Parts: sequence; structure tokens; C-alpha cells
Amino acid sequence: MVKSKKPVKAAAGKPRQSAKKKPAARAAARPAPKAKPVAKKAAPGKPAPATPTADPFGERALTAVFTELFRRAATAIPPDVLAALEKAREREESGSVARDTFDVLIENTRLAREDSRPICQDTGMPFFEVAVPRGASLGAIERAAVAATRAATKAGYLRPNSVDSLTNKNPGDGAGRGMPIVHVHEGKGKTLSAHLILKGGGCENVGSQSALPNVDLGADRDLEGVKKVVLEAIFNAQGKGCAPGVIGFCFGGDRANGYNEAKRQLFRKLDDANAEPAIAAMEAELLEKGNLLGIGPMGYGGKTTLLGVKGSYLARLPASYFVSVSYMCWATRRAGVDVLPSGKAVYSQ
Amino acid sequence: MSAVTKLTTPLTPESVRALHKGDAVEISGTIVTGRDALHKLWVKGWPEYPDLSLKGGCLYHCGPVVRKEKDGWSILAAGPTTSIREEPYEASVIAHYGFGAIIGKGGMGAKTLAALRKHGAVYLHAVGGAAQVLARKIVRVQGVRHLEEIGVPEAMWILEVKDFPCLVTMDSHGQSLHDELKESSRAIFDELIGKKKPGAAA
Ligand code: SF4
Repeated sequence: MVKSKKPVKAAAGKPRQSAKKKPAARAAARPAPKAKPVAKKAAPGKPAPATPTADPFGERALTAVFTELFRRAATAIPPDVLAALEKAREREESGSVARDTFDVLIENTRLAREDSRPICQDTGMPFFEVAVPRGASLGAIERAAVAATRAATKAGYLRPNSVDSLTNKNPGDGAGRGMPIVHVHEGKGKTLSAHLILKGGGCENVGSQSALPNVDLGADRDLEGVKKVVLEAIFNAQGKGCAPGVIGFCFGGDRANGYNEAKRQLFRKLDDANAEPAIAAMEAELLEKGNLLGIGPMGYGGKTTLLGVKGSYLARLPASYFVSVSYMCWATRRAGVDVLPSGKAVYSQ
Repeated sequence: MSAVTKLTTPLTPESVRALHKGDAVEISGTIVTGRDALHKLWVKGWPEYPDLSLKGGCLYHCGPVVRKEKDGWSILAAGPTTSIREEPYEASVIAHYGFGAIIGKGGMGAKTLAALRKHGAVYLHAVGGAAQVLARKIVRVQGVRHLEEIGVPEAMWILEVKDFPCLVTMDSHGQSLHDELKESSRAIFDELIGKKKPGAAA
């Protein structure tokens, strides 16, 4: 899980886009294959060729693991999100449109889980964050993420969701230039740890970035000012991002890293307390105020407009003060997996 | 919630005018999907569909997940997509094809609201993200158009639905639940950030 208290480290994690990957240095940097039988999760029906694919962190083994990660993320709502939806339902009066809407959302998550079908048809932009053991091939991980995107699209867990922006053509396999997003960095220990979020276009479109000061809002370059512009982003989103949403925000950074750090907050569980008390207080206050807006599920009106607010900050230049907001819809889809050196994959949500 | 109004396509002008903001409805019959690329394609050349009766029909802003079967297609997930992106086109689409209802999410703007009023149509909000609940209201895929040109999510899917649930959020009388919520939440927002409405009582 992403820890909110380490913004600097987060910024240092090198984003590597699949489209820009270097020619593969296949297997060269991989740890020696283990003697005992491994890679139990290797793609079924495709017997592993000799040495390289016995590697639990090799492309073939990880493709199978990541495909399963996609299935879980796209079809099973995380338990904390479901609990938040159920709590929100209880807060609405019986017979109200808001309560009926929460009933539909909860029923929808049940059907999706039971049938292993996408919770929402917009299966979103896949965003991987992978911490790899020293020596594992970063290229293999990127290639596995792309291959898994294709496999999960073929299996119907994902909609063919990538469009070539130059030609406007949809290749039909879910992959494309910079899609999926794969951020890889070296972790501690011998376990590979991958986290995935699927974020749809409707909610991505209502994200925002603004610069302080903001005269209209009376927002200065301070924490009060940050809260004002985040609240404005929540107001502007209304129900369009499929409220109730989860807000990730970040102040500081350059434009690119600010957005990235805001989005990374969505990896955090809803009950993840921010280690930084000042930010934890901002999160709590924004959650309360956001819900006072009365926008409600889908913007129909209601007591719950937000399921959670998660924040972070980055260093900034003296001249810049960006506030970046990433809006995730009620269908907050995330999943994680730890791949042990034995090849065993332990999934979590 | 008031009682649910059951509607069958094509919608009659009277049945559309009888609907008001806040009414719950369930649609049965044929609906077609259409989103960004299709709207663009439509306004560029207004293709005709002589074998489809779009007049009084329902246009669903949706890019479904589909699976090719031996004898056709099945819909795996089919919730609404954000409607506001079609705001530049929708008024002329309603005028040209005569849709009686636009189904989507998030609501639309003033231009569409005026077109709904003028042509006697409604905007129906389906629950965003409820792709499984809604997919189960789709009984059958009757056909698809423009698939090669614009791909699965953007194509015009012709769907038979039964009791497809929606909420009227913009009616043919100029009323919009979205505008209403925006106003009420704006007042609260202004108060929360300590901004008084010019001229408003303290
Ligand atoms: S915003 Fe989320 S729930 Fe709504 S349509 Fe997009 S992905 Fe689905």
C-alpha cells in the first residue's frame, strides 16, 4: 500500500511508460532460477520453456499474475469501498432516490463479483505501481503488464479501452502508447509487490489542477487555500464523476508530478490514516465539508457526496503552488498482489 | 420515490410530455447506443437508417463491453457514459432523428434542455457505474452499425431492453435536476469557503 508519509520517495519512483521502454535486456538481470518447482501461476496451457520463464518475476509468470490482478480489480469491489457504500446507504432515508441508488450500486457490485464481470463498463486506464526486488528485470514487468492488459481485454474483464490519439483507431486489445501506465521502482526485500487501479474516463475528466493564489475563491498559498480549491473541485464535479467519489489531492510539485501524486493517493484504503497530522486533519475536514454540499449519489442529491479524501504534498518551486485533484468514482477499483520468490501470488484488495 | 412509470418505445409525444423531473421510469423496447464518435459521425453526414425507427426512440450514451458469440453478440457490461461531452451535438441530433429520450449520466446543458422542450423529449439518468444491473435489462442485441469505423465502445448498438430503469432529470418543460443541485450546492459551497453571494442576506 502506498504510504502517504513518503511523498518524496514517491516522486522519486521512476515512471516508466511502456511505450518508451528500452529494448529488453531479457533475463540478464534476473536472479538465478530456483531449484524447486516455481511459477505455479504461469499461463495455463502454455508449458514454460526452459530456464528464463521459471523465473517468478519473469514476463510469462507475471503476465498470468497481472491478468488475475486485472480480473480482481475490474470485477470485485474492495471490501472497504463496499462498506463505505453500505454505510452511505444507511444514512439516506428509506424510499429516497439516494437510498434506492445506493441499493443499485451495492447490488451491482454483488452481480459483478458473482459473475466475474466488470463492475463498470468503463474499465478505465490501468495504472500499475510495482516494487521489484533488486535484480529483477524491469522490462519484463512492463511487458507483462502490457500482455496482461491484452489478455484481460480478450477475456472480457476489460473493455477494449485504448484509442490511438493520432489515428482515432481503437486497436481492440486495450494496449497503446503509454497504456497501461506502469511505474516500476526497486523495493526492499525479495517479494515483488504490485498495485493496480482502474480509473474510468468519466471521473478522470473531472479531475483538476489549479494554481494558488486564487482570487475568486480568496485562496492564498496556505493550507486553507488548498482546502478551498479542493472543495471547489468537488463542487465542480457535481455528480459527473459518478458520485460519491474518492478524492486524491496533492499540493506542490510540478504539474506532472502533482497530478501523479494526487492519483497515487487512490491506492490508499479508505481507512488509511495519514501519518502527517496536518494532512490527516485536511482530509477529515474536506470529507465532512464535501458531504455537506448535498450533491449525493449521481448528483441526485443526498447526504454522501464523497466516500473518502486522501491527500499528500510535494516540494515546490518558490514560484509555483499547484493543487492537483484526482477524482475516483464510487466504483473505486484497486487490487494488489505480492509475488513471493517461490512464485506464490498473494492477492489483496 | 413515486411510482415507476413504464414506457415502451417508440415513445409517444404525450407520454414524454407527461414526464417530469424526478419521475422514475422503466423503458422496454428498442434503444440504440451512441457516444462521442457516433455523434461526430452523425452531424457530419446524417446517415439514414431506414430499417430503424428512431423517431420517439431512445438514445443511450453507453460504450458497452460486448462478447462475440457464435450467433451474435452478448453484452457483458453496459452502464451510461458522461453525457455532457455530447452537448455540442445533441440538440441537432434530437432535431434530426427525433429521439424521444436521451439516456445517460451527469446531465446536459442549456442547449440540450432547450431542445428537449422544443422537440418534446426527455433526458433520463441511468445509474452511472451500474453496468451489471443495467446489462441485465438488455434482453438481446438486435444489431450493430458502424462497428468497423469506430470500434466496440463507440459503435451504434441496437438493443432490446426490458424495464430499463432511469430517473427523469431533465424534462420537456425546462426543468433540470442538475441545474437545481448545482444551485443548491453552490450556495453551500460559497458559505463553506466564506464567500457571500453578492447581495445575499448575511
Ligand atoms: S466514472 Fe467510474 S463508475 Fe462512472 S462510468 Fe466512469 S468508470 Fe464507471
